[in-house]
Amino acid sequence: MFRFIVRRLLQLIPALFGLSILLFIWLHKLPGGPESAILGERGTPEMRAAIRENLGLDEPILVQYGRFMKRMIQLDLGTSIATKREVTTEFLERFPGTVELALTAMIIAIALGIPLGYLAARRRGRFLDHVSVAGSLVGVCVPVFFLAYVLKAIFAENLHLFPSSGRQDPTIDATRVTNFFVLDGLLTREWDAAADALWHLVLPGLALASIPLAIIVRITRASVLEVLGEDYIRTAEAKGLTERMVRNRHVLRNAMLPVSTTIGLLTGSLLSGAVLTETVFAFSGIGAFIADSINQRDYPVLMGFIMIIAVIFVLVNLIVDLSYSLIDPRVRVR
Amino acid sequence: MRAPRPKAAIAAVAVAALAVAGCAESDRGGSGSKDTLVFGVAGDPKVLDPSLASDGESLRVARQIFETLVRPEEGGTKITPGLAESWTPDSTGTVWTFKLRSGVKFHDGTDFNAEAVCVNFNRWYNATGLMQSPDVTPYWQDVMGGFAKNEREDLPPSLFKSCTAKDATTVELAFTRPSSKIPAALMLPSFSIHSPKALEQYQASTIGGSADNIQYPPYAMSHPTGTGPYKFKSWDVANKTLTLERYEGYSGPAAKIKTIVFKTIPDENARKQALRSGDIQGYDLVGPADVKPLQDEGFNVLTRPAFNILYLAINQKGNPKLADIRVRQAIAHALNRQALVDSKLPPGAKVAIQFMPDTVEGWNPSVRTYEYDVNKAKQLLAEAGATNLTLRFHYPTEVTRPYMPNPKDIFELLSADLQAVGIKVEPIPLKWSPDYLNATTAGSAHDLHLLGWTGDYGDAYNFIGTMFDRQKDEWGFNNPELFALFEKADKTADQAARYELYKELNAKVMEFLPGVPISHSPPAIVFAKDVTGVKASPLTDERFSTAEFTS
Repeated sequence: MFRFIVRRLLQLIPALFGLSILLFIWLHKLPGGPESAILGERGTPEMRAAIRENLGLDEPILVQYGRFMKRMIQLDLGTSIATKREVTTEFLERFPGTVELALTAMIIAIALGIPLGYLAARRRGRFLDHVSVAGSLVGVCVPVFFLAYVLKAIFAENLHLFPSSGRQDPTIDATRVTNFFVLDGLLTREWDAAADALWHLVLPGLALASIPLAIIVRITRASVLEVLGEDYIRTAEAKGLTERMVRNRHVLRNAMLPVSTTIGLLTGSLLSGAVLTETVFAFSGIGAFIADSINQRDYPVLMGFIMIIAVIFVLVNLIVDLSYSLIDPRVRVR
Repeated sequence: MRAPRPKAAIAAVAVAALAVAGCAESDRGGSGSKDTLVFGVAGDPKVLDPSLASDGESLRVARQIFETLVRPEEGGTKITPGLAESWTPDSTGTVWTFKLRSGVKFHDGTDFNAEAVCVNFNRWYNATGLMQSPDVTPYWQDVMGGFAKNEREDLPPSLFKSCTAKDATTVELAFTRPSSKIPAALMLPSFSIHSPKALEQYQASTIGGSADNIQYPPYAMSHPTGTGPYKFKSWDVANKTLTLERYEGYSGPAAKIKTIVFKTIPDENARKQALRSGDIQGYDLVGPADVKPLQDEGFNVLTRPAFNILYLAINQKGNPKLADIRVRQAIAHALNRQALVDSKLPPGAKVAIQFMPDTVEGWNPSVRTYEYDVNKAKQLLAEAGATNLTLRFHYPTEVTRPYMPNPKDIFELLSADLQAVGIKVEPIPLKWSPDYLNATTAGSAHDLHLLGWTGDYGDAYNFIGTMFDRQKDEWGFNNPELFALFEKADKTADQAARYELYKELNAKVMEFLPGVPISHSPPAIVFAKDVTGVKASPLTDERFSTAEFTS
């Protein structure tokens, strides 16, 4: 197992190198540059030229890439062109928000999706099954931003149950440690701050969970149906095991393999869904920030953020691979 | 073998979390939301030192923390006393004497005086290295041109010459020539007076990194220190909020609300929903379509006097036909601007008859106007032999500007008007950022485009001078006579005489018709039902210190 992890981590190096080249070429081939985003209407052509020169954007692309790599090797991602703050700082301040949001969405999707999918399969062709299947179709079809507006209109504007924007009530004056607001509240024992941060996660979490929830319901249902037809289930039932034992020991355990693969893959789609959710809920995360950075051609932010995300993505998938052996002891990683 | 149990894993995580729970300490002070106003803004501020800022959100924050020597009247554009009680030019118009208020203290407890004013001006004037980069000191370069020692060839000589502290409350600012910008431009937040002690303590002028990797100093990120009614408390990037607290030692009337929080909500609809759900008690950049509904619901919608211009620019270089005045006149007659204003712009918008709003001195009521007249337009095109004209029409996408809430709708109406008189239109939509401005203000591959301007301060030159005082790729014409008249106006120190020259300039511009002024739109700002006391300002100089809750 240790060798497996080391090998997978070593594979990261050429992957990141290749990614950095592709990214760099793509970004710099995009028309336009950061200068007009910085200057707006006020910029004269001379001022724009001066900024391009300052940023070294007039130099050959190889020279620019060399400069980027030199910094990268020293683990320095540079500073944002738009905010003039360090890319690493920007990341550490925004990424926890996205993680909290994605985790919330994932927990909602898994906690609701697996039981619903299981029950739908068990009651195949009956009312609950139809509702789950239809519901998951709607879940996949409804755009996240639309769902977000509807949720806000009902639960924030009319019922005043949940806040409509942000990660935490600014008047709470919470202490920041990790920028994971819920965790920070627990660490500093500012329980109200943790509760408020959780409260802020409910609506955006639900909105972002809609698509993964629908997918998990469908995959679980299909997978459970397949397992239910197996001989060993009939055997287990025939030998008089309780339904609970059959469900936990035999059905779910065997049905979970494809589901856990899907969950791993969904992590990527959560990031793209987060762009919309973060914008609509004014939730401080990396999604909306990356979208802004593309518009402003903030090259250092884009390069830095995407490289870090790539590393995280590889790590998440590594963890998913390792989790197979927990779910199914027959799977051994080498 | 038994597989590991998920319950065991959860228990282990819980134990670990409890173990670290003792490691971090709460550092919060008292809290309370009774005396707090949360205001929704469209973007994060970029920087807290207004000397380095040009974006509206940074300047909005700066206006609460800092004060300038002169400032616009509340709700207007006229120059009124700020940190200076009075100001007088000498006979040449190059040396201005400012009499300062006494008894004013900075947020760090140090005294405001003539010496402090000079420290600030000298800081800007003597800037070196990266401080001379156009994206670092944009407004200084816009107003003053260059620096004591210019390090870039394209920088003009500095308008500012020197600062002398005559005594504690008298300061003399000398300039290299008379200019229309003085003293009006000194109302800009970028000329805010900072505490000399804080500037030094937090290395305000030390821009770190390299040209392609600029890093702002600690002062600009977390220690802005002025004399204004609010002082900086915290900037929580992770929560997109910036908090200001009442400055108890303020020399004027104390702020009524103790804490102001600026909360970033980029999406316009999300801001509206946040106001309705009570998350925030006000927001800026209200969509034109929301003004009426919000008013009907009882919210305090304030409409700012329009201080902007939307125009259709005509580039005479791109297509030789456009150099013919008759073709430009035909375009002006073809446009039904009243219909556009009535259907697409917010309540209170007006058709523009010249390139500046009527609230600025120098506006001329009797310029040549071009009424909507399809037949006249067709006739002029026929006379000019331009009956088969195709024009490339640029318009921006994915943007709203205060003067142009919905570029695509505006383009469609204008384009239909042009087609009605027989001009073919080739639409060229471009993303505002980063393509649009490059495409329309450089080169000559554009014939028509939509653009506009929001005034920085109340002087006509800031509008018409910015657009027409020299040859620019945006317009593609060379008119030495016009340029010379602009120079003359700029250098005329006598205000009354200068205003007369502005009127003459407006008449000449509308005669020459480099483009068609379209409209002035009043941007709106909204507050909760129980928040009163803020006066809308054409310069977006809203003062939150006068805001109060009426229960």
